[in-house]
Amino acid sequence: MFKKFILTCDEATTICDKNQYGEATFLEKVKLNLHFLSCRICFKYTKQNMKLTKIYKSHSKSCKSLKHCMSEEDKLALKEQLKNIKV
Amino acid sequence: MPQTEVTLTPDKWIDNYADYLFNYAVVRVNNSDLAKDLVQETFFAGLKSAKNFQGKSTERTWLVSILKRKVIDHYRKINSKKGQAEVRMNFYSDGENEGSWLEERVPQSWDNASEKTIENEELRSQIDVCIDNLPDKYGMVFRMKTIQEFETEEICKELDISASNLWVIIHRARTQLRKCMEDNWFNN
Repeated sequence: MFKKFILTCDEATTICDKNQYGEATFLEKVKLNLHFLSCRICFKYTKQNMKLTKIYKSHSKSCKSLKHCMSEEDKLALKEQLKNIKV
Repeated sequence: MPQTEVTLTPDKWIDNYADYLFNYAVVRVNNSDLAKDLVQETFFAGLKSAKNFQGKSTERTWLVSILKRKVIDHYRKINSKKGQAEVRMNFYSDGENEGSWLEERVPQSWDNASEKTIENEELRSQIDVCIDNLPDKYGMVFRMKTIQEFETEEICKELDISASNLWVIIHRARTQLRKCMEDNWFNN
């Protein structure tokens, strides 16, 4: 019955990645912490992962503040093309 | 109560919606040339099927729904691309070690992590380089989830994938990204 609680490193790090977005379930977090007891590598992965999450977040902030617009040239070209289709 | 019927005005599409649709596409595919193509295809498709427009939604909503299809089509294309080099994963995929770390992929210590996590331009561009190195579909899903911060449910709906599929993709993307950042940033 304990087998259900044993994770491979691949599964454990999947849960860890999911947890970076706060979306791991309670059971998953329990399994992950059990895995840490016997696996220092995944524990290290998790610590580094939290660091990465932080820098991705700050990167996200600067990316999200960008508004992308189409250049006027492209719009003109597109208008021409649309006109040609209609006739 | 008389309902005001929405009619299409294709002549004004570009002035009214090109920027909105373009931004919508760039945020998802992260490539302005590709986004331009998708917007163009959307207008063409809209024009072709204008007679099917029933006036139940606004013009913009209708155009966005066409663009959404185009984004899914794009995702399917990059998802099924044959010959896409299977990037070496970080875990044994079979045998008795299945699911454990590949020896050469075990996370290394980042001795200088504290000074290396100070945000700056250089760090940001390194992140972008590493994301661009991911297989297209991993990069696309990772960006939508992590950089644009979409809800899981929304990504699943927009790309027509299951949540568990999404987490596997995020996992593969993040383990590869970690390795790339380790090699090129933390321990270079």
